[in-house]
Amino acid sequence: MTSTTTELVDYDDAIARFDPVLGIEVHVELGTRTKMFDGAPAGFGEEPNTSVTPVSLGLPGSLPVVNGTAVEYAIRIGLALNCQIAESCRFARKNYFYPDVPKNFQTSQYDEPIAFEGHVDVELEDGTTFRVEIERAHMEEDAGKNTHVGGATGRIHGAEYSLVDYNRAGIPLVEIVTKPITGAGERAPEVARAYVQTLRDLFRALEVSEARMERGNVRADVNVSLRPTPDSPLGTRTETKNVNSFRSVERAVRYEISRQAGVLDAGGTIVQETRHWHEDTGITTSGRIKSDAEDYRYFPEPDLVPIAPDRAWVEEIRASLPELPAARRRRLQGEWGYADAEMRDVVNAGAVELIEATTAAGASPAAARKWWMGELARTAKQQEVELAELPITPAQIGQLQRLVDEGRINDKLARQVLEGVLAGEGDPEAVVQARGLEVVSDDGPLLAAIDDALAAQPDIADKIRSGNLGPVGAIIGAVMKATRGQADAGRVRELVLERVQAG
Amino acid sequence: MSTPDLTRLSAAALADRLAAGDVSSVDATQAHLDRIAAVDGAVHAFLHVSAEQALDTARDVDGRRARGEELHALAGVPIAVKDVVVTEGLPTTAGSRILEGWVPPYDATLVSRIKAAGLPILGKTNMDEFAMGSSTEHSAYGDTHNPWDLDRIPGGSGGGSAAAVAAYEAPLAIGTDTGGSIRQPAAVTGTVGVKPTYGSVSRYGLIAMASSLDQAGPVTRTVLDAALLHELIGGHDPLDSTSIPEPLPSLVEAARAGASGDLTGVRVGVITELQGEGYQAGVLARFHESLELLQRAGATLVEVSCPHFRYALGAYYLIMPSEASSNLAKFDGMRFGLRVEPTDGPATAERVMAATRGAGFGDEVKRRVILGTYALSAGYYDAYYGSAQKVRTLIQRDFAAAFAQADVLVSPTAPTTAFKLGEKLDDPLAMYLNDVATIPANLAGVPGLSLPSGLSDDGLPAGFQILAPAKADDRLYRVGAALEALLEQSWEGPLLAKAPELEVAR
Repeated sequence: MTSTTTELVDYDDAIARFDPVLGIEVHVELGTRTKMFDGAPAGFGEEPNTSVTPVSLGLPGSLPVVNGTAVEYAIRIGLALNCQIAESCRFARKNYFYPDVPKNFQTSQYDEPIAFEGHVDVELEDGTTFRVEIERAHMEEDAGKNTHVGGATGRIHGAEYSLVDYNRAGIPLVEIVTKPITGAGERAPEVARAYVQTLRDLFRALEVSEARMERGNVRADVNVSLRPTPDSPLGTRTETKNVNSFRSVERAVRYEISRQAGVLDAGGTIVQETRHWHEDTGITTSGRIKSDAEDYRYFPEPDLVPIAPDRAWVEEIRASLPELPAARRRRLQGEWGYADAEMRDVVNAGAVELIEATTAAGASPAAARKWWMGELARTAKQQEVELAELPITPAQIGQLQRLVDEGRINDKLARQVLEGVLAGEGDPEAVVQARGLEVVSDDGPLLAAIDDALAAQPDIADKIRSGNLGPVGAIIGAVMKATRGQADAGRVRELVLERVQAG
Repeated sequence: MSTPDLTRLSAAALADRLAAGDVSSVDATQAHLDRIAAVDGAVHAFLHVSAEQALDTARDVDGRRARGEELHALAGVPIAVKDVVVTEGLPTTAGSRILEGWVPPYDATLVSRIKAAGLPILGKTNMDEFAMGSSTEHSAYGDTHNPWDLDRIPGGSGGGSAAAVAAYEAPLAIGTDTGGSIRQPAAVTGTVGVKPTYGSVSRYGLIAMASSLDQAGPVTRTVLDAALLHELIGGHDPLDSTSIPEPLPSLVEAARAGASGDLTGVRVGVITELQGEGYQAGVLARFHESLELLQRAGATLVEVSCPHFRYALGAYYLIMPSEASSNLAKFDGMRFGLRVEPTDGPATAERVMAATRGAGFGDEVKRRVILGTYALSAGYYDAYYGSAQKVRTLIQRDFAAAFAQADVLVSPTAPTTAFKLGEKLDDPLAMYLNDVATIPANLAGVPGLSLPSGLSDDGLPAGFQILAPAKADDRLYRVGAALEALLEQSWEGPLLAKAPELEVAR
């Protein structure tokens, strides 16, 4: 395996000379209780080789039985992607020897997918939409997981031995394959990212998967090819496997465009191959050459009967589909009264659900946006985490805003309270109590502080008395300082003026 | 010999005596274990004898009977199980070196049903490796010998089950039939064997050869016994997606009705293509005598033609190896059974798989895996697997047309009687021809029964095959029981009574 030494072409130059074409395969692990073809639990994080039955271990004599819930989920996905649902379809065997495939064939759908011919509209960062045509969505089973021990890299090369965990073997997957994505031009990397993100949001909305990228619930294989102009025939493509975060999808496409342009510019040809994505270095390297096309000897799985989803059932599923993310976003924007740009920022920050929950907890949409897109967005950026990963809940923000609305704290105090909540000191109420942050609403201590301030700065007191209200701020500032910010500045101003006039 | 010899009783007769309290299951089981000890050195029907477990089951059944519990009709009647069926706690090899020493952690559905009904399992019977063969000579664990003539083959792949029943080592046995592996051994050992309708007996726990063809069924000495066992193991199983949801028709009732010998109004179709050239004269003579008996019993004979049957063998030898090549891929030394490391070079997974399969599979298995791998290859799929599937459809249509004219179809089960051990071992095509009459039923999924039709000119048993439409297995039993009754009248007893006594080891 030699990584090419081709010079990368600057992305803008590459796009100026070539038209990129994408093809994306997304695998999603379905969140069914049991596996695709047997009763073993389809859990996560169990001890190795405990979520298994004779079927998921491929023991002699064992037979598969199709998981009806997985079929329903696949149909939901198909319908949400505007696909046709097959009247009848079959599973096939994809034959290849590999230790993580217990039967040495994967039960998958080959020429008869359950869903086909669909499309999905992908929203880009500037608010425009891009339509991605879907070729098919089919069902299959996941493989087990290999761990290579003893090598330097954790890869099989150089390892002393390998361990196989079959807990994942047989987890239901749906694979969604796009038609060639053309016309994205320089935005190809963004389209790729937005497409995968759109699917992730869709899986969650449909409640067919937890769709957690970091757990590998959603995995993308990205095909990229270049051609001189949009009128030229399709170029040779490479397939970059297992690109498992939104950012990586964008980076991998961008990298491949620059790399392929470099190869072509140098007079080389693109090899049809599988490439590996390296998250750390942000490059792809050559994997298997696919030119001697592997022969999987597909044939219809004789242990299973065809799946013929009843039309009435399909319509029932269609009718029960939840509101899909794009429609939901439009509805929420109307309800919240956000400007287009504001809504786009909220969506891009992944704050839609957070703001929705915060308004449900009593905050106004404007206040909810202010917190999540302001202070909290800054904190998340500093800590390099997603908003949703911050240790604070929408309910806590709701409570915080209520304290402000009730006048018990002011904005400045609220920021301290937020700091306390993020530091794990408990709910806003608790932080207010523990830190003694409540606004001083009793005039007694305020008047005492005002008298002290006036006495300390007699010249300013005189100016105010003579009708020059300019320096009132200095007195207020002194009072705020003396009360450690816990005073209502407006009230202080009123009291200062009363005091001066009375005196 | 103790009076009476419990091993000579049919399963139905033994069940009656158990129910009446005349004998205990422990005695019946012990009698069969003694018989195995006495003759199996010569017959070699068993790969594993599970004496302790069988006696435990027998004691348990005797106890439950003594307490007055309601028991299955066959409770306490011992049984032998072909080694291709997985049995929890009992070694299961499918006749292959690659599974030597493997003890399954679970039971096949039919084994669960046998255990639930309280039948003591005597052991596991010999077979061609992965059920690939017609003589049991392809077993990795030695030949099984035909009790009629120990120099001859007992048929295959289920030669062990047929020989065990023929040699009175077990009254009942389980076989599996992918292209004739129940019926052809029954024919050459003078026993009864039934391949049920595809999907009527669960395949869960059968080590698959060809998933779309495999079917388990009973191996017995009488038609009634076969019906009793078939009813026990049959019926819907949610663990097998190809299992038929509807209940079976009553088979025991059909067998009892047939035993009266009256077949008035039954139309019997004689298949033109399954007689004549290639069939031994004595086999054909017994076949035609049986036809006369059926006619005398009131049946109407009609000649039916199934023109595509001549392509059946060819289609079978593409579909079966194709499925087998995939089904046998799991035997790779990674998770269970044999593991062989390469003698030189690195022990990578791929090289361990290759070494294990090279050492663990016999020649016939390799032959079929290679054939099937080739037939499924890109560029050849349509020509081979695709064409074979079309032939399969044509054969199904032939059956449909024939069953429009006849209630059952009949033919000789196998073209010849048992041949000598070693005679066809080096000629795979000659071996494959043994199944020419049995294969069409597997391709169409219809049920078939073989019962003895008499002795051929060489003094060896010949078989009579009855075929019925899918899910009409009851017709096999009605016609089979009638013919059996008429034949036994003419023989003045069961055919097996004519078999030579085996020498008993001390």
